[in-house]
Amino acid sequence: MARWLVLLVLQFLAITVAQGASEHRQLVVADPYLELHTGPGRGYPVFYVAERGVTVDVIKQRTDWYLVSVAHREGWVSREQMMATLEVTGQPADLKEPTLADLATRRWEGGVMLGDFGGASLISIFLGYGISQHLSAELTVSDALGNISNQELATLGLVHTFAPEWRLSPYFGVGAGYIHTSPSATLVQVRDRTDQIGYAQVGVRMYLTRRFLARAEYRNNSIFTSRNNNEAADEWKAGFAFFF
Amino acid sequence: MESRFRVLLLISVLSLGLQGCGVFGGNKQQSASDEPAATPSPAEKPVIEPQVERRKITTPKIKSSDFELGAYGGILGIEDFGSNFVYGARLAYHLTEDFFLEGTYGRSRAGKTSYEQLSGSAQLLTDSQRNYWYYAVDAGWNILPGEVFIGRNHAYNSAFYIVAGAGRTDFADDKKWTVNWGVGYRVLANDWIACHFDFRDYLFTSDITGKKKTVNNLEAGLGLSFFF
Repeated sequence: MARWLVLLVLQFLAITVAQGASEHRQLVVADPYLELHTGPGRGYPVFYVAERGVTVDVIKQRTDWYLVSVAHREGWVSREQMMATLEVTGQPADLKEPTLADLATRRWEGGVMLGDFGGASLISIFLGYGISQHLSAELTVSDALGNISNQELATLGLVHTFAPEWRLSPYFGVGAGYIHTSPSATLVQVRDRTDQIGYAQVGVRMYLTRRFLARAEYRNNSIFTSRNNNEAADEWKAGFAFFF
Repeated sequence: MESRFRVLLLISVLSLGLQGCGVFGGNKQQSASDEPAATPSPAEKPVIEPQVERRKITTPKIKSSDFELGAYGGILGIEDFGSNFVYGARLAYHLTEDFFLEGTYGRSRAGKTSYEQLSGSAQLLTDSQRNYWYYAVDAGWNILPGEVFIGRNHAYNSAFYIVAGAGRTDFADDKKWTVNWGVGYRVLANDWIACHFDFRDYLFTSDITGKKKTVNNLEAGLGLSFFF
């Protein structure tokens, strides 16, 4: 009985292995040759050359370099050379990188910004989700560290990108969240408190290359305190973002 | 014995048959959807129906491995509070072969100032106030990429890089805006494991010892990271 089971399992394994033969993308060299470097960088020496017509396995990609396997050797090939290869079907290799057109239809965007929040140094991390080409929801978590007090902020807002197809586009937004304030120095008698915060923002976004952007924005914040007067704080920041 | 072989053979045929059915079933569905909506008139119908199945080619996606996650441990000199063990984690995103972004989280614990040690009983900070942690977001530049050779037969890819960034330090019940800069050396054991040697300087203003001043907290660490 046990022997039969083993045989059955072996047979099943043999069939599954046969079905999933090649897990790597295969490409055919179409230029006179394909240079394999020892590392993913322009300075690394070429140690092997694959000739035209040879099929190579593409194992992975790191930045603009592809790790390929050919004739039991593994080496890194630049993106420019890989673009000249063919799929096994004979069509040009489909190694498209994201472009400005993909930015408009992106799903996720994240990044980090540095700046100033009402006189305090600010560091912000944000994550956005594209609802439509123009509209996205953004969650921002920030630390504002000053001489008198420190603030931790978490806000959720809606951002409207004016022209997502332009390289340089303004954007507008509104949102709300919470701000937690704690004293900075031991000498200042400020009690910890958590208030609600609302903001209106205006900014500009610039597409850099591949999946990278630069962003700069201004937020006008209103802090709804439990005291008689609400507070206002200007927030300026600029930073770097990428999209997926 | 013979009957046992017969049963074995039957099971094999049955299992192959079942798989075959699955394959044919799938093809039938596909060909049904490929068929044109209107059936051609008998005059147009070819004499021999070509039995050519469309080859379905799936091209595997190329995995990208631009992220690098690692842990490190080392020595952090906390100004006025001695040198102490520090440990932390780093996540890097390699934008190009030259540049990367990096997030760091680290923990340490401050020792005693020389004043506290000499006076014997005086305490500047309570026990919990001596907990020290920080985070930082940095931009890095692989300024000197290259290879290192160990012996005659082994060459490893390496890079000497510089980083600079900002973040926050939590120490002595206070949060400090902290800027940092540093240099590092990365040696790759293979295409996805790397060893790091890092040196960082964390700067912030502090008045813990009475007078407001800029402190330089120097850190030297060894780390291990994985590309994914």
